[in-house]
Amino acid sequence: MLAAAPARAEPLVADLSRHLVEITAGFVGADVLLYGAIEGDGDVVVVLRGPKTVEVVRQKVRLGGIWVNGPSVRFREVPAFYLVASSRPAAELKLDPLVTGQYEIGLESLKIEAAGERDPRRIAEFRAALVRLKQENGLYSSDWGRVGFLGTRLFSTHILFPANVPTGSYTVSVFLVRNGEIVGAQTTPLVVSKAGVGAEVYDFAHDLPALYGIIAVLVALAAGWLANAAFRKV
Amino acid sequence: MQIYLPIAEVSVNIIWILGLGGMVGYLSGMFGVGGGFLMTPLLIFSGIPSPVAVGTEANQIVAASVSGVLAHLKRGNVDIKMGLVLVAGGFLGSSFGVWLFTILRGIGQIDLVIRLSYVVFLAVIGWLMLFESAGAIFRRRRQQARRKLHHHLWVHGLPFKMRFRRSKLYISALLPLLIGFFVGVLAAIMGVGGGFIMVPAMIYLLGMPTAVVVGTSLFQIIFVTANVTLLQAYQNQTVDVMLALLLMTSAVIGAQLGVKAGTRLRGEETRGLLGLLVLAVGGKLAYDLVSHPGELYTLGFTAGGHRWGGRGRRGGVGRARWRRRWR
Repeated sequence: MLAAAPARAEPLVADLSRHLVEITAGFVGADVLLYGAIEGDGDVVVVLRGPKTVEVVRQKVRLGGIWVNGPSVRFREVPAFYLVASSRPAAELKLDPLVTGQYEIGLESLKIEAAGERDPRRIAEFRAALVRLKQENGLYSSDWGRVGFLGTRLFSTHILFPANVPTGSYTVSVFLVRNGEIVGAQTTPLVVSKAGVGAEVYDFAHDLPALYGIIAVLVALAAGWLANAAFRKV
Repeated sequence: MQIYLPIAEVSVNIIWILGLGGMVGYLSGMFGVGGGFLMTPLLIFSGIPSPVAVGTEANQIVAASVSGVLAHLKRGNVDIKMGLVLVAGGFLGSSFGVWLFTILRGIGQIDLVIRLSYVVFLAVIGWLMLFESAGAIFRRRRQQARRKLHHHLWVHGLPFKMRFRRSKLYISALLPLLIGFFVGVLAAIMGVGGGFIMVPAMIYLLGMPTAVVVGTSLFQIIFVTANVTLLQAYQNQTVDVMLALLLMTSAVIGAQLGVKAGTRLRGEETRGLLGLLVLAVGGKLAYDLVSHPGELYTLGFTAGGHRWGGRGRRGGVGRARWRRRWR
């Protein structure tokens, strides 16, 4: 330990074991360690947010005996990935709803805007479906009480990214909560990107789609010709 | 062993995909069918989003058809002129099909249309195969074979007559154009070559000699599926070359083994079995459409976004369905 702690110590410091998650051909998910230390007592809340996207939620309706996509609601500013974790159950943190709303702490506090839909009942219904589907896909999760303390100052938690983790820029916000109030905060960036051959294929397909199509056809033509040549001799 | 497919944006088991390609290739070699109508639904069942399954399967069929047509060309079993007329219709049809595909995807109904098309066509083909094989078994028992040599139908009265020397036909070009168009639409929407429609149509509607039918249909399929691949890649970014390559290699090997096995066994009974398999796949798709879905909501493709999936989002019906099943 430092012999003389600085007079105005940071109440909270935190960092990630790595700031880049690369999706390669064999990607099955990733485990990033979040660790840090707090000054004095209190609890830690971690909020991880992925890039914001637009999502359309569609409801299936029965039409002539078969289930088809019926009404839909479009949502803007939807985090592609969201995780909240803390060192204590949500109720025991005694956070003010205004505060949780402002910092988007908890799945119910996410600021998700419906675009072009006015009926609040329908928005609530489709929003709940959106959050539920994201949870089923492993993209949204809340894990109150998972952040562990080592002694009284050091904390750490494993952030598990599933294989279908969306690419983009993430922000990891760590809050120090004391007596129902946020007394310290730190935000760290995290990038999830495709890497290796897969990334190049994806970028190529989206940046030069015509050329990609031509090459796909040429590859198939060559493969067919090769197959014919190879098996003719047998 | 898992492999991440860059365009489909899902991790799949590489052994499973290779096995799938090999198995469908084996069946297609054995029965002389294209296999697209089995491969695409099986890919969808495996968790590949259906638009990607369709686009990628079109790409794979290009390879399968090339290797097939080369053998037929050498034996002179391709009516190039007829093939080109069919290709002309096929280009129009497949371009129209991809355009339709893009629109349906924007309004969130492409999954339904793909599945419905499969239910209808698999049911029809499955029953036809069953009846045909039953009929063949029946005929074999009665030791009689009869086959009409020539048809005279209303189609022979249509204008724009053309002479097709290789097929020994003098018929209107409109009919092969129309057949090509229809098959092109199917290729775009369903990710199939369409041989299962074209071959009977060429025999019964056009009256082409059986010897040139398969080679000529393969000739058309190459161009049409190449056009579908190109347009799907360009407009929808739904062609996964990684997946296509895996399927191509395994299907080619499977097909060669299938051809060998096919020459040894008696056709009718196994054709009946294939008919049953086709009906089973169609039945599974139909069941999924009519049974109450466990989850009434789906995350859909966003019509405004140009990208398939877009950066940072994925999902679609196929994926959600798949995850639910394996959880």
